[in-house]
Amino acid sequence: MAGHSNYVPQSAPAKWLESRLPVISLVRGSFVDFPTPKNLNYWWTFGGILFFVLIAQIITGIVLVMHYTPSTTAAFNSVEHIMRDVNFGWMLRYLHANGASMFFIAVYIHIFRGLYYGSYKAPREISWILGVIIFLIMMGTAFMGYVLPWGQMSFWGATVITNLFSAIPLVGEEIRTWLWGGFAVDNPTLNRFFSLHYLLPFMIFGVVILHVWAFHTTGNNNPTGVQPKTKQDTVPFHPYYTIKDLFAIIVFMILFAWFVFYVPNYMGHPDNYIEANPLVTPAHIVPEWYFLPFYAILRAIPDKLGGVVAMFGAIAVLFVLPWLDTSKVRSGAYRPLFKQFFWIFAANAVALGYLGAMPAEGTYVLLARVCTAYYFAHFLIILPMLGFLEKPRPLPASISEAVLKGGAGKPAGATAAPDTK
Amino acid sequence: MSTMIKMVRSFAAVAAVAIATPAFAAGNAPHIERQQWSFSGPFGFYDRGQLQRGFKVYREVCSSCHGLKQVAFRNLADEGGPSFTEEQAKQIASEYTVEDGPNDDGDMYERPGILADKFPSPFPNEQAARASNGGAYPPDFSLLAKARAGHRGFPWFVFDAFTQYQEQGPDYIYALLTSYPEENPQCLGEDFSGYFNPAFLGGSVTAEACAHENLTGGPIGMAPPLSDELVEYTDGTPMTVDQYAHDVAAFMMWAAEPHLEERKKIGFRVMVFLIVFAGLLYFTKKKLWRNVEH
Repeated sequence: MAGHSNYVPQSAPAKWLESRLPVISLVRGSFVDFPTPKNLNYWWTFGGILFFVLIAQIITGIVLVMHYTPSTTAAFNSVEHIMRDVNFGWMLRYLHANGASMFFIAVYIHIFRGLYYGSYKAPREISWILGVIIFLIMMGTAFMGYVLPWGQMSFWGATVITNLFSAIPLVGEEIRTWLWGGFAVDNPTLNRFFSLHYLLPFMIFGVVILHVWAFHTTGNNNPTGVQPKTKQDTVPFHPYYTIKDLFAIIVFMILFAWFVFYVPNYMGHPDNYIEANPLVTPAHIVPEWYFLPFYAILRAIPDKLGGVVAMFGAIAVLFVLPWLDTSKVRSGAYRPLFKQFFWIFAANAVALGYLGAMPAEGTYVLLARVCTAYYFAHFLIILPMLGFLEKPRPLPASISEAVLKGGAGKPAGATAAPDTK
Repeated sequence: MSTMIKMVRSFAAVAAVAIATPAFAAGNAPHIERQQWSFSGPFGFYDRGQLQRGFKVYREVCSSCHGLKQVAFRNLADEGGPSFTEEQAKQIASEYTVEDGPNDDGDMYERPGILADKFPSPFPNEQAARASNGGAYPPDFSLLAKARAGHRGFPWFVFDAFTQYQEQGPDYIYALLTSYPEENPQCLGEDFSGYFNPAFLGGSVTAEACAHENLTGGPIGMAPPLSDELVEYTDGTPMTVDQYAHDVAAFMMWAAEPHLEERKKIGFRVMVFLIVFAGLLYFTKKKLWRNVEH
């Protein structure tokens, strides 16, 4: 990181600071002079987009807290107070609520980019694992944030999810009581969720620093999966990627603004505009859209404990993914078979999301089981086998060669003929 | 290897068909007809006259059972709302009785409403409301237009994000108010003395005799609240159930989303700014990268 900077302080204050705390060369080495593969496509901008969304969530969240009251009797009305009486309160809340959805849209694209280009493979396993940890904390944060407005879905979502812990053998009931701070989802639950919802984003921020540190140590992956070999393969991060990321962030903000200003309640559930009522259970309790694939896996298993294990297993399997994929080739662009299975896996994930939103009955349950089985088979059977069965396309000698031949997406062999004139 | 690909392909095809089929086999969900609203779309706004008429309908018909507890009298004079003058809003407030206190003697007392007061609810609590309404609970109106939505299903919900369809609430309210049949379905039997509404989302028909009738909706606690000429309009607007239902649904949308106009106006400026800015950045990026093969 710092080692990538050839920064020499010129002014007296800069020299003074740099000799005591080399923060200027650290920042320059990480975000200015940092050598970045020159062939990164727009799928790589989602890291920067995610950083932007995280900061936006923290800022809007801090201001919302100034007006919110974490109490079962006042929470719902305090959110309405924000929506009606606080200056631009409606904008803050819609930014924050839709920001959570934007966060997950971006993170899912970011994860699938990593899956496609093999960004989890050596030497970037630690970056990947830290990423999965971020994803887990994000899910916890989003879940607890959804409870805070204390609407019907807040309350019943919290009830369903916390009840899952009672499936743990022997100590499950005790753990559930401990999580609730009582014998039902009630004021103590809301208060601790509020406290943790404020804490966890800063933990995410910390792990994000480690995540960036890790892949700045190994260098970025790139669409060819081939490590940069010479200076010709890279460009300094600034201005090349600062401008590209900024452009991508602004385009992403257009999507964000579309939801915030035109369809702010599209991602939400109408029942959450009804105040929580422990005596009335909604007809269908559904989590936020970004949890639906995991919710489908949970309900696909007929046994409660089994469902919980499968749901957490669906994320746990990501931790060991770097060792499940046996292929020597990193980028999916050079793996003809993997490519097809990647898209089937993506379609399967979308199907799980759809099934998570449907009632758990009849054909839906059967399909959810098939899709769940396929989800695990992809990681535990298909990926390990593909490394042995698949004949990858020849890799380019370097990033520059791949670029000259027309990008990583095209097989090196196919374009070889016209180029060898 | 090719057999493996074939297997996977056929699996994908089967899955696609299987996923598509149940979407058409939906149960007896009421069909909610879409209405024309001035506040829909990117340039949507509230029709002042309609909100004032809707308020009149609420006040004269609905307010005897339904509260409006999140809305204050001052909101009636807010920009982007029914735009009563402050004097009119004060006058309306003073016509309501609000409980205040305790006074210096420790007693609660009643006084005329002022602008800062919220609309007093017709019942002191849910139990009292149920006791007066045969066990049914008339929901508060403040957020109802955002708290109700017909089932959209795939693929319609995908299109809704692009067409900016956010008026499921008022569409449902209109449908509910105008769908009461003249006579209850016969299969409910002579003993059924309540009301039936085929658009109602909060109930379903459980009578076995109705099993093959494909009825949507269900029994509802609310009697048909509207009838022609029930509320007097002085601006020449037709005094029909259809018009009343539209007006009160629009009023309820405003009550639930009082900053809608401001939101859409700011949204348009934000969009123009972002799109222009993105365009400039795109060309800046192109220029910066012009000498790099990538």
